[in-house]
Amino acid sequence: MTMLANAPIPHGENAVTPVAAPSKALLGVENLSREFGGVLAIENLSFTVSQGDIHSIIGPNGAGKTTLFNLITGVYKPSRGTVLFDGATVSGLPPYKLAARGMSRTFQNLQIFFNMTAIENVMVGRHLHLNGRLLPSLFRLPSLVRKDREAKERAAELMTSVGLAKYVDAHASSMPYGALKRLEIARALASEPKLLLLDEPAAGLNATESREIDEVIKTVAASGVTVILVEHDMKMVMGISDRITALNYGRKLAEGTPGEVAANPDVVAAYLGTMD
Amino acid sequence: MVQIAATRTTASPPINTRLLSLAALAAVIATLPLALTNNFHLDIAILAGFNAIVCVGLNLLIGYAGQISLGHAGFFGIGAYASGILVTTYGWPPIAALLAGAVSVGVLSFLLAKPILRLKGHYLAMATLGIGIIVSIVLRTETGLTGGPDGMMVDSFKIFGLELYGEKTWYWVVGVVLFIAVWLSLNLIDSPVGRALRAVHGSEVAAEVVGVDTARYKVMAFVVSAVFASVAGSLFAHYTGLITPAKADFFKSIELVTMVVFGGMASTFGAVIGAVLLTVLPQALTVFQDYSQIVLGAILMFTMVFMPKGLLPTIEGLIAQRRRA
Ligand SMILES: Nc1ncnc2c1ncn2[C@@H]1O[C@H](COP(=O)(O)OP(=O)(O)OP(=O)(O)O)[C@@H](O)[C@H]1O
Ligand SMILES: [Mg+2]
Repeated sequence: MTMLANAPIPHGENAVTPVAAPSKALLGVENLSREFGGVLAIENLSFTVSQGDIHSIIGPNGAGKTTLFNLITGVYKPSRGTVLFDGATVSGLPPYKLAARGMSRTFQNLQIFFNMTAIENVMVGRHLHLNGRLLPSLFRLPSLVRKDREAKERAAELMTSVGLAKYVDAHASSMPYGALKRLEIARALASEPKLLLLDEPAAGLNATESREIDEVIKTVAASGVTVILVEHDMKMVMGISDRITALNYGRKLAEGTPGEVAANPDVVAAYLGTMD
Repeated sequence: MVQIAATRTTASPPINTRLLSLAALAAVIATLPLALTNNFHLDIAILAGFNAIVCVGLNLLIGYAGQISLGHAGFFGIGAYASGILVTTYGWPPIAALLAGAVSVGVLSFLLAKPILRLKGHYLAMATLGIGIIVSIVLRTETGLTGGPDGMMVDSFKIFGLELYGEKTWYWVVGVVLFIAVWLSLNLIDSPVGRALRAVHGSEVAAEVVGVDTARYKVMAFVVSAVFASVAGSLFAHYTGLITPAKADFFKSIELVTMVVFGGMASTFGAVIGAVLLTVLPQALTVFQDYSQIVLGAILMFTMVFMPKGLLPTIEGLIAQRRRA
């Protein structure tokens, strides 16, 4: 498998490099690096995420987990290295094109549309499934209105499925933190992704709320969506993950099943030892 | 577990509120002439209507998409002069000139939007300011075409052998066009495109990762608002019969932004109310006329400090609070 690292990726649907699928890997990261002002936040990182897995990324604060998410989803461009998604090289593509290919994510620091209602937040998540051209919207064509109504129903269902039924009519700016974390998940699911990246979905939540998020993630994974999870709640990570990649200072420290990673002395020293 | 915060339903009004508010607007437009007894009053109402049309468009850009423009009077001016020059100098049918102006402004704003909307905050403000300044300089110096600083006379609007003439006629023309502008704006806001625009304002990165091409939607808002301004400019040129570069200059742009901000950002009817109040007030208060720029600046400052959401959203908020209490 030869990949052209850093080759400029032409925009457009036909510009993808087909890759002979070696296994059932949905996502591959190859020799990925990203530096900020000379400091490497991600350094020569390679790993794959198998289709259907819940794959967790762990590591201490500043290990580069969020940076990795930003690189995978196109928010940042890699300094070096390649991201492969669904059989194609995608590094260099803008986030909205990656979304169209089936990636979606939530944010460690809430990124809510506070100028909208909760359900409208989720409906933006359905953008790719709706007609985004100007004139049909401007003239409120009946076909568009009908699809919009369906999108609203779908959004309400998604909100209910993440436990936000009582906020269906709420304005985003009136919702508490825990509900907003779930609103981000509902919005990300609304795009019907193949790969969902969750950046600390349980951060700042109490034990009950964390358990509810845990259930939501399991349900999502059971429906066939591959999940990459960044989370500091080790109980959740160890209980839910199929595989874990541990990072430290932007490099891979260990990888394996939860049991293997938890038993790895480097991980214990670098990360678990500092917890609690 | 989670404490239940007071839930608030606003933003995109459901369909019945939408139709109700449109009906209310139609009723106001239809009955207002009963109160406007002379041509002076009608004239002010017409000018308010022109400003309102521009502000409804500008609000899509400023209030909903969250991008500033300090150059929209430039697009108003291009529309006005396109009609003035094509109709009066070259004998085009007015409707063709209006459309040609709108298409030109559409293309021009599209070409300008891509590079300038990549800018943010002060830089975007400066770049749009530059557009307005360049347009008004061109209008001032291309004397052969535009009549220079003194402006140019514009023939009246003729369509299907009818000549639109007099305040009474123009009142209805502007009323209908304003109604259409509001209708289009309400349609847009409560649609996939409108949500994408608002998402750009709410969080660009969150919009991108669910598939919204944020650059594209910023450009769209810019072009739509510029075309609204151009159409208003074309009609205005025919109504007044005399256009000057002052209609395209920096102060006119600031006035338009002030109307939007004062009336209520992200509120279509707020934009209308802002435009109407800030058109009528200067006529009612002589102090306003003598120090109009200073008063305008003061209103802008007052709004930003004491009611950053603008007049209508602030009032709506107070009413909602009352109702809950
Ligand atoms: N935009 C940026 N500019 C400069 N430095 C950055 C930027 N983003 C991340 N970094 C740096 O990269 C390193 C990794 O940060 P990152 O946010 O990816 O860590 P993390 O593993 O997500 O940490 P946490 O668990 O605290 O969320 C840090 O040293 C951080 O300061
Ligand atoms: Mg992080």
